[in-house]
Amino acid sequence: MAEPATATQAAAPVVALLKDELDIVIPTIRNLDFLEMWRPFFQPYHLIIVQDGDPSKTIKVPEGFDYELYNRNDINRILGPKASCISFKDSACRCFGYMVSKKKYIFTIDDDCFVAKDPSGKAINALEQHIKNLLSPSTPFFFNTLYDPFREGADFVRGYPFSLREGVPTAASHGLWLNIPDYDAPTQLVKPLERNTRYVDAVLTIPKGTLFPMCGMNLAFNRELIGPAMYFGLMGDGQPIGRYDDMWAGWCTKVICDHLGLGVKTGLPYIFHSKASNPFVNLRKEYKGIYWQEEIIPFFQQAVLPKDCTTVQKCYIELAKQVKEKLSKVDPYFDKLADAMVTWIEAWDELNPTGPVPNGKAA
Amino acid sequence: MSLSIKDDEIDIVIGALRPDLTSFMNEWRTIFSRFHLIIVKDPDLKEELKIPEGFNLDVYKKPDIDRVVGTSTSTIFSGYSCRYFGYLVSRKKYIISVDDDCYPAKDNKGILVDAVAQHITNLTTPATPFFFNTLYDPFTEGADFVRGYPFSLRSGVQCALSCGLWLNLADYDAPTQALKPEERNSRYVDAVLTVPARTLMPISGINIAFNREVIGPALLPSLRLGGEGKFRWETMEDIWSGMCVKVVCDHLGLGVKTGMPYVWRNDRGDAIASLRKEWEGVKLMEEVVPFFQSVRLSREATTTEDCVAEVANVVKEQLGTKDPMFARAAKAMLDWVKLWKSVGSST
Repeated sequence: MAEPATATQAAAPVVALLKDELDIVIPTIRNLDFLEMWRPFFQPYHLIIVQDGDPSKTIKVPEGFDYELYNRNDINRILGPKASCISFKDSACRCFGYMVSKKKYIFTIDDDCFVAKDPSGKAINALEQHIKNLLSPSTPFFFNTLYDPFREGADFVRGYPFSLREGVPTAASHGLWLNIPDYDAPTQLVKPLERNTRYVDAVLTIPKGTLFPMCGMNLAFNRELIGPAMYFGLMGDGQPIGRYDDMWAGWCTKVICDHLGLGVKTGLPYIFHSKASNPFVNLRKEYKGIYWQEEIIPFFQQAVLPKDCTTVQKCYIELAKQVKEKLSKVDPYFDKLADAMVTWIEAWDELNPTGPVPNGKAA
Repeated sequence: MSLSIKDDEIDIVIGALRPDLTSFMNEWRTIFSRFHLIIVKDPDLKEELKIPEGFNLDVYKKPDIDRVVGTSTSTIFSGYSCRYFGYLVSRKKYIISVDDDCYPAKDNKGILVDAVAQHITNLTTPATPFFFNTLYDPFTEGADFVRGYPFSLRSGVQCALSCGLWLNLADYDAPTQALKPEERNSRYVDAVLTVPARTLMPISGINIAFNREVIGPALLPSLRLGGEGKFRWETMEDIWSGMCVKVVCDHLGLGVKTGMPYVWRNDRGDAIASLRKEWEGVKLMEEVVPFFQSVRLSREATTTEDCVAEVANVVKEQLGTKDPMFARAAKAMLDWVKLWKSVGSST
């Protein structure tokens, strides 16, 4: 049975990598008590708290953390009419944090995620592992059977072409979860007691051309390389769908990464996911998504971006155009979503005025 | 072990490149002894094989190989390729093959890994090549498809090939192992995953299993390095064969899994000594990989034999002119398809 770690202080790193280059973005509607457990790992870093729900409520941040906090009033004030692209009453609002950050890297985590233990019982510094993942190359063009060749004790296997061994920059690092797994509502209903106790000691690059369901619970990315693609969509209040925010961002991100020659890793680090959300509530949120997904997936699998899309923003605008063209017929929601995607990019560019920098070569 | 698989549906094929198989067989006894084994002696090996008692097995040596395929053809089974003869003459549905310098490994809990059982589990549960599951094999105990995995893709496809891994001496090429002579693989990754469709990888022949009925003809001896030797560092035959298999599987909608089971690969040979011989293979991969990534088979290729023949023709056209080694490989592939039809078919 998986359990969260308790002796986290002992595992705190001597040097906090990327201390001044990384922001931790946390969406919350309840409280931030979970931060106490993460203190030894997170305290050196700047936090961006995105407070969802009632803005008049005060969310207390534990002492000693350096942070900025935004509630709905702040989001409306800062974005004006463009605030319409930021979800309300859904953790999708976290992407506002990505937009206002001024750092190169982002780590985002849910407020019901705690420090996990590795099989030796040691507390896992998830942030440190994410940083390692982001700072070492990815290998999307050819699969390495020993997983991440840049990890200690591993390498490229026989037959791996030397010309591909430099790898490409890593845009995103997708971590996993022990205890409550990230299942959809139907699976949760069928297997309410299933817990993920399997610690898979691997990081691997998701191959080019392959899509995956990205989970936003334990995620890090290079904001300079891929930030504008991490829009978490229109979810929650007033929207017909929920719990598809991170997946939508993941599909857009992967298509763009594949196009620009960037890598996405998955695997370690694990966090301990403590709270199982209500499967009936989840079912209602996901219901439409379960059907729409059958159209969405082929859309992303077949999406082709033109060669002149050489920046993330250009890629994203093009994707928004294709969403409008091809998915509006599935439901008018996608028409709205496509518009919101454009609004997001406009807002991103307004708040990050240094302008788009070409990221890698277009595929 | 899946209850629906009978032991007599399985052949364990061992290519003997060294004469004394005593410790190898004894180490594997508890796992192998209930199955039928096919041991194929490398036709170049001069010494007599030493095999301990107590196994249900058939041993094939050069005279046997000559008798079945003719003396001119039997040269294709030299070295590590001898095991393909075993695949050819087997009449079972599933084949499991490990190199003769590999022993059973222990998992993270110190329990001996039943590599046969794990391979069979891999082959008899669906593969999921069209969408990546972040919790790896969704059919394994304690796991499932994650949120966001399309429901229409959850039944998966048949798994044709199961690629295992190696603790201790990993399957590195000679330059890599020579640079890190002390490096040994001690990381036991508790996962099986499906290699996504259209994603290629180096498929090592050291620890492999497949559904012979479905994919048999695609595992083939064809690419032989000029300086091919008796250490894996000195070969690329399995890597080449593996690229063909993956392309064929992708075309036919079959799955390939990778990960567990692990075997323990014993230290053997000298990477630096092998460097010179394998350099040729290392250079070749620069051509081989982009080539296979570009191969597209026709809709008319609906059987494995047809697919292999088509790949062979494309090899001949596109690579044959660049290096005679490829031209020979293409011919060997076409010959293999003929051989499979005459000797290998189960009818």
